[in-house]
Amino acid sequence: MNPKRRMLISLPLLLAAGRMVHAQQAGATDPALDIDANPMWLQFRDSLFAGRPITTPADDVLRLEAPARAEDAAIVPIALRAQFPQSDSRYIRRIYLIIDNNPSPMGAVFDFTPASGRAEIETRVRVDAYTHMRAIAEMNDGKLFMSTRFVKASGGCSAPPGKDPQAALATLGRMRLRVEGEPVLNRPSLAQLMMSHPNHSGLAMDQLTRNYTPAHYVRLVRISYAGEPVLTAEVDFTISENPNFRFYFVPKGRGELKAEVLDSQSRRFEATLPVQPVSNPA
Amino acid sequence: MITPSAPRRHARLLTALLGVSLLLTPDIPAKAAAVEPLPTTEIAPGVHVHQGSHHAWAAHDGEDVANIGFIVGARCVAVIDTGGSPAIGQRLKAAIERVTALPVCYVINTHMHPDHVLGNVALGAGSPGPAYVAHVRLGPSLSARAPYYLEAFRREGGQALAPDAVVYPTQTVADRASLDLGGRQLELRAWPTAHTDNDLTVFDQQTGTLFTGDLLFMGHLPVIDGQLRGWLRVVGELKALDVARAVPGHGTVSDDLRQAIGPEETYLTTVLREVRAAIKAGVPIARTLDQLSATGIAGWQLADEFHRRNLTAAYAELEWED
Repeated sequence: MNPKRRMLISLPLLLAAGRMVHAQQAGATDPALDIDANPMWLQFRDSLFAGRPITTPADDVLRLEAPARAEDAAIVPIALRAQFPQSDSRYIRRIYLIIDNNPSPMGAVFDFTPASGRAEIETRVRVDAYTHMRAIAEMNDGKLFMSTRFVKASGGCSAPPGKDPQAALATLGRMRLRVEGEPVLNRPSLAQLMMSHPNHSGLAMDQLTRNYTPAHYVRLVRISYAGEPVLTAEVDFTISENPNFRFYFVPKGRGELKAEVLDSQSRRFEATLPVQPVSNPA
Repeated sequence: MITPSAPRRHARLLTALLGVSLLLTPDIPAKAAAVEPLPTTEIAPGVHVHQGSHHAWAAHDGEDVANIGFIVGARCVAVIDTGGSPAIGQRLKAAIERVTALPVCYVINTHMHPDHVLGNVALGAGSPGPAYVAHVRLGPSLSARAPYYLEAFRREGGQALAPDAVVYPTQTVADRASLDLGGRQLELRAWPTAHTDNDLTVFDQQTGTLFTGDLLFMGHLPVIDGQLRGWLRVVGELKALDVARAVPGHGTVSDDLRQAIGPEETYLTTVLREVRAAIKAGVPIARTLDQLSATGIAGWQLADEFHRRNLTAAYAELEWED
């Protein structure tokens, strides 16, 4: 964990938490809904990218897939997809995911390497309010590209907290790591990590006791193959209960796929999977 | 589509103009507020039901969507759910006062969804006020969601409700409980996670009437906000109950619970089977939603609002099977 980056994440979070409920008060003219003027975004832009140009739209570099409406506010499936394979000479080294009007707008930072094969992530996030969602890719040469989507909050009785926190807590720490299909030598292989965890934000107050459910969420996921880093995800409760990540790695021979997870209460979890890639595609 | 009556529209306009919400004066006399009583039907002796319309919960036309009931005993009245806004709660109060002068001693909530609980605040008058009774997990679940419910209500053009517009249980049920209305016993039962993690049913022994809350949807597509497999287990148990009639959370009163619950069971079973098959076939969640977007929804209202949401919830639950 880079402590400096952690600070960058947590400062705007504190500012954002108090303002959650009134994010869209003034309707269409509200800066919170202005893709160029959202105050959280301006703050991130200045603190993270300080004056560097950001090319947008950039769907030819990075696609952000998200539904137009968050049907279930607690589980919104999204995908970040690089439009080219990772190579030593040209690769995406980091993708920032920013959901402007969530209580913690910068919910995830994904670090990739050439060994990732493809800079792609599928996961599920919580969406609190009508919001722009941004994926910002930083290339190995430092260039920045941004893709955005506008996501409407769910209507009615859907809300971001998990559906059965007791059940999630009862199985906390359960992990599943698997490879989709047969892994092929030197080709990007798709894998999935599932983790049972309530991912509590710490923002929900129990009205009876006036206590807050303590924050308890996955904050770091580190994936490696045969000892080489494939993906590092610095995340928070923006990610849905029971965090789920689909990602790529390139098996260059027999090895072990390993996922290490740290949560906000400094608990550490680990899952491993032996992988024996086939040399020829079937 | 229900069109708000002129007096109701007038009251809303007044409220907006004055910037004074009804909830600030929950004990205002019905006459002074010119509140139009909710239409109710006496479905069995002493058992009154107001049937909500099939809309998604929201401000205005979506405030009156859940079924509401009240049961009159010799001593006092029990209310079962209170509607989707303080204004609906006011109209419910007026409906009760039209039927009986007895006080409301219990306000029971069948689960934490806003279309069932946001009228609670209007029933709080009197001394002593009523006990608010619910599943032991309703409090924490409603607490975690209340800011989002209030924000959604405001966003859709409703009043900006203060956090204290949400009234929490003062008496909780972990398993079973009996309430006495004076010569009339209500049997309350708290269920394992199903439609939500805090579903509660109310059975009136005298007439054999079961208020299912949203464990039973009729006409309105069932909404999964708890656990699909748990809900199907509860459906199995409900079918085995011997009741004279059932009041669903949404839909019409039925004198045949087994038959009434059939379409819901079919829908939930279909979602279970199809989502399970998609997971087995390695289809990721977003693609599963697209592939199954029309599966199982024939004959249901509000499928556009809720079916994809149900598939999402089912997928996230079922991918942990085996």
